Amino acid sequence: MRQVLSKPERWRIYRVRIIIEMDKLGVSSIGLVVLLSIFMGAVICLQTATNLDNPLVPMSLVGYATRESIILELAPTMLSLILAGKVGSSIASELGTMRVTEQIDALDIMGVNSASYLILPKLISALIFFPFLIIISMCLGIFGGYLVSAGTGILDLQDYMDGIHMEFKVFHIYYALIKTLFFAAIITTVSAYYGYTVRGGSLAVGKNSTKGVVGSSILILIFNYLLTQILLI
Amino acid sequence: MIELKDINKSFEGNLITKGVSATFEKGKVTQIIGKSGSGKSVLIKCVIGLYAPDSGSILYDGQDYLELDNAARTEIRKKIGMLFQASALFDSMTVLENVMFPLTMFTDRSKSEMMDRANECLQKVKIIDKGHLYPAETSGGMQKRIAIARAIALEPEYLFADEPNSGLDPQTAIVIDNLLQEITQEYNTTTVVVTHDMNSVMEVADKIIFIHEGAKWWEGDRQSLIQTNNKELQEFVYASKFMKRLRETLIKGI
Ligand SMILES: Nc1ncnc2c1ncn2[C@@H]1O[C@H](COP(=O)(O)OP(=O)(O)OP(=O)(O)O)[C@@H](O)[C@H]1O
Ligand SMILES: [Mg+2]
Repeated sequence: MRQVLSKPERWRIYRVRIIIEMDKLGVSSIGLVVLLSIFMGAVICLQTATNLDNPLVPMSLVGYATRESIILELAPTMLSLILAGKVGSSIASELGTMRVTEQIDALDIMGVNSASYLILPKLISALIFFPFLIIISMCLGIFGGYLVSAGTGILDLQDYMDGIHMEFKVFHIYYALIKTLFFAAIITTVSAYYGYTVRGGSLAVGKNSTKGVVGSSILILIFNYLLTQILLI
Repeated sequence: MIELKDINKSFEGNLITKGVSATFEKGKVTQIIGKSGSGKSVLIKCVIGLYAPDSGSILYDGQDYLELDNAARTEIRKKIGMLFQASALFDSMTVLENVMFPLTMFTDRSKSEMMDRANECLQKVKIIDKGHLYPAETSGGMQKRIAIARAIALEPEYLFADEPNSGLDPQTAIVIDNLLQEITQEYNTTTVVVTHDMNSVMEVADKIIFIHEGAKWWEGDRQSLIQTNNKELQEFVYASKFMKRLRETLIKGI
């Protein structure tokens, strides 16, 4: 870890690497995020609407519940878990393959700090890009609910929109973004750790990449709980 | 010149490298031979600093590598070129980018200067018009040569190669051997080559070190290798009946 954070040799090279990594880790996940978020919002809206059959409760609560569950949990946590699978396994297997094919040794021998050269750009680009993904996810999740109420007529569109605007707390967005930053750091460092320390052959690469995904998912769940307790209570 | 003094290295209680002392001279090709699993790769990885030996010292032109701080080690590492057993080219970069990589990391040359130097190195190993390909799109023999080009981009003072011609046909193997020899003479490098290819030993070795079960068993030049009476070395060098007969003819001829 100390090696990763030690002063990079050349910022110029790191800037280029960060942009490459952003493309690899972030931009390539946008499609998945879009698809997932719209469906997530749609399903939440649908479920809340069908379960809300007490005539005393206003239907606008559906919009409110959809918004809150998306902003507080579904966008930051669930999406991070999915990204842990996608991004985490790609990081761990990339580094693991580089380890077993001696590419990391080659870097070390040249005098390059391989841990910092390989991992730091991934960490930084995840910290920059994940919040974007989560914000996209929030907007599209709410949009998914909108589609359901507009498309199915299960609840009045006006009710849904009223709910979306009801008691909006900006802090909840910050809370979600803070969580996201933690999750981004967890996914990149945990899976990079498992990839970087692979010993053996391609079998070990597969094993460690699974370990990276499982490890970062568990840590995400634990940190999700801790951060919620610290930030919301 | 590199001097090893009494290098020991163990893994989980197993002593792999046993008290190896040796000198590798400047401008000369030293070949390390020995059976598979005898600890050649471990020894060379100790020398270049990928493994920390349990005891002993490694002197790079008089500087004790193991006693140096990180910054000084990095300075020495920049002077080391290494060819790994599996080439270890960066597969996310093109051939040209691979060769340019050490230049971008450690020099302040402009992009066109770096490209010129990289192309010059590729030409030296006779890879022409292949710079835009990715390593996976080239043959094994080409990958070894590209790795040589990358290793010499910064004009190293020390050149190491771990089985540079394993998996190659004898002719291509000789091409690689001759390249290593040429580079050794041209840049006056201290060159150390691990191999079990006797062809290659007979072609380019200035000095031969035989490792047996982790220890240095024998040392000498090509001539004395042919005439050796060392039992383990004979068994290693003349493994086949054909080679044994060849040896008899050779000795009679001398
Ligand atoms: N990182 C390691 N951890 C534990 N044991 C190791 C490690 N590296 C090598 N060994 C052991 O050291 C011994 C020597 O291995 P080494 O790779 O040096 O052999 P070698 O002489 O290079 O063989 P080959 O010619 O097949 O490459 C082997 O028994 C191997 O199991
Ligand atoms: Mg070996």
